[in-house]
Amino acid sequence: MTKQQANWSPYDNNGGSCVAIAGADYCVIAADTRMSSGYNILTREYSKICKLADKAVMASSGFQADVNALQKQLAAKHLTYQHQHNKQMSCPAMAQLLSNTLYYKRFFPYYAFNVLGGLDSEGKGCVFTYDAVGSYERVGYSSQGSGSTLIMPFLDNQLKSPSPLLLPAQDAVTPLSESEAVDLVKTVFASATERDIYTGDKLEIVVLNAGGIHREYMELRKD
Amino acid sequence: MTRKTSLTMESNQSNQHNSLLASEADSQRTLYPYVTGTSVVAIKYKDGILMASDMGGSYGSTLRYKSVERIKPVGKHSLLGASGEISDFQEILRYLDELILYDNMWDDGNSLGPKEVHSYLTRVMYNRRNKFNPLWNSLILGGVKNGHKYLGMVSMIGVNFEDDHVATGFGNHLARPILRDEWHENLSFEDGVKLLEKCMRVLLYRDRSAINKLQIAKITEEGVTVSQPYSLKTFWGFSAFQNPTVGAEGSWWVVVRWVRPNPDQKKLRRPPLLLPLILPPRSPQLAANLDA
Repeated sequence: MTKQQANWSPYDNNGGSCVAIAGADYCVIAADTRMSSGYNILTREYSKICKLADKAVMASSGFQADVNALQKQLAAKHLTYQHQHNKQMSCPAMAQLLSNTLYYKRFFPYYAFNVLGGLDSEGKGCVFTYDAVGSYERVGYSSQGSGSTLIMPFLDNQLKSPSPLLLPAQDAVTPLSESEAVDLVKTVFASATERDIYTGDKLEIVVLNAGGIHREYMELRKD
Repeated sequence: MTRKTSLTMESNQSNQHNSLLASEADSQRTLYPYVTGTSVVAIKYKDGILMASDMGGSYGSTLRYKSVERIKPVGKHSLLGASGEISDFQEILRYLDELILYDNMWDDGNSLGPKEVHSYLTRVMYNRRNKFNPLWNSLILGGVKNGHKYLGMVSMIGVNFEDDHVATGFGNHLARPILRDEWHENLSFEDGVKLLEKCMRVLLYRDRSAINKLQIAKITEEGVTVSQPYSLKTFWGFSAFQNPTVGAEGSWWVVVRWVRPNPDQKKLRRPPLLLPLILPPRSPQLAANLDA
């Protein structure tokens, strides 16, 4: 019998877009809830957002099975951390842990594109953005996933973050208020959904601030 | 049996006597499936889960087996449906039998529900893909426990999710659009079966590996029932089916299928084969020839 399929691949891209925006005293993390494979929509309600600690929330797109394994790994590590230190991990600490966890699989990577958002020890918003093998950077806002090519330049245009080349280093948090940031996130997803077939169905927005964690949803185009 | 191919690894001299590497070089991996089953479709309905699949087992494009049960009960609360490699599915059933048996041996009155079984399957599938040795299946797991309906899927590489209705393979293309249109939370058993039959009929018409012998299974709080195999009523009388080559008439098949069995006989006869189920178009000339 002759071979009928293309060569087997351990990876798939299940699509989806993630955005995080840091403000002076809040952080907004958002992602759509569509999960696709090729031209199929597998489900319209799959959350890409994972609460890793009280003040650290991760949004991930890429290969769902790897993302799932990564989330479980981080949850297990965070449980150990809580037993050893009797406290929740801070967002910058979680950021380093995520980088190490990704790099640990450098030669058989997790095909996961993450943004980590949260509040640092001073209660200031922070966003960390990653590649699949663990390179990471602290920024004021970021986007990852299938719609990132549409979203990122729009955020650059709207938020005009100070150049990272400036000395002394400028604070990267955005000047927007919390509600302005949430509105901006809604706009960028509505726009990305127009052109990116892997983004749509529903938008899940998580807002972190001094008051705690708050979640809201917005419907997106389903085509 | 799954098609296995030994991977020849380029061994460098220093490692030639390394038994670990040698055993890896001899290892056998599934590179493509042998005997496969096509779509499975499943939905939630008022009292539980309904699942449908046909009983075909294809060997490439040959319909090799026609009585393969691809829906099986697992434990007390779950129902498993599989498409893809049949032998891998049977291996998975052995894993699950062991899982359920060992869980039962605790004798604590607890039992694994559909959520737990689905989670287990997810880990097995993902673990095997990590070893580059996948179980070549798409699995659907449905069940009811403590009043909670559960319906989920796992793929060959470990991608997994839950939904109100799911389908594997061609079902994703042909059945899910119908389900998205017509499915609702309060489907009765009868309406659920009707909906699944509508999906299976479309698959039968358009998926060449689908066959007209299927089973529908039901799982509720009361337990599992898998139906006896049965067929769907079909209608092939559409003019496009009757005469598919109209407007693109060739010449070869009139020659092949209409023969003169006896040279003395003037009348053309259809050969005693079952091949020409589709009647040839009668051009006036041919009709005259036949009636002569």
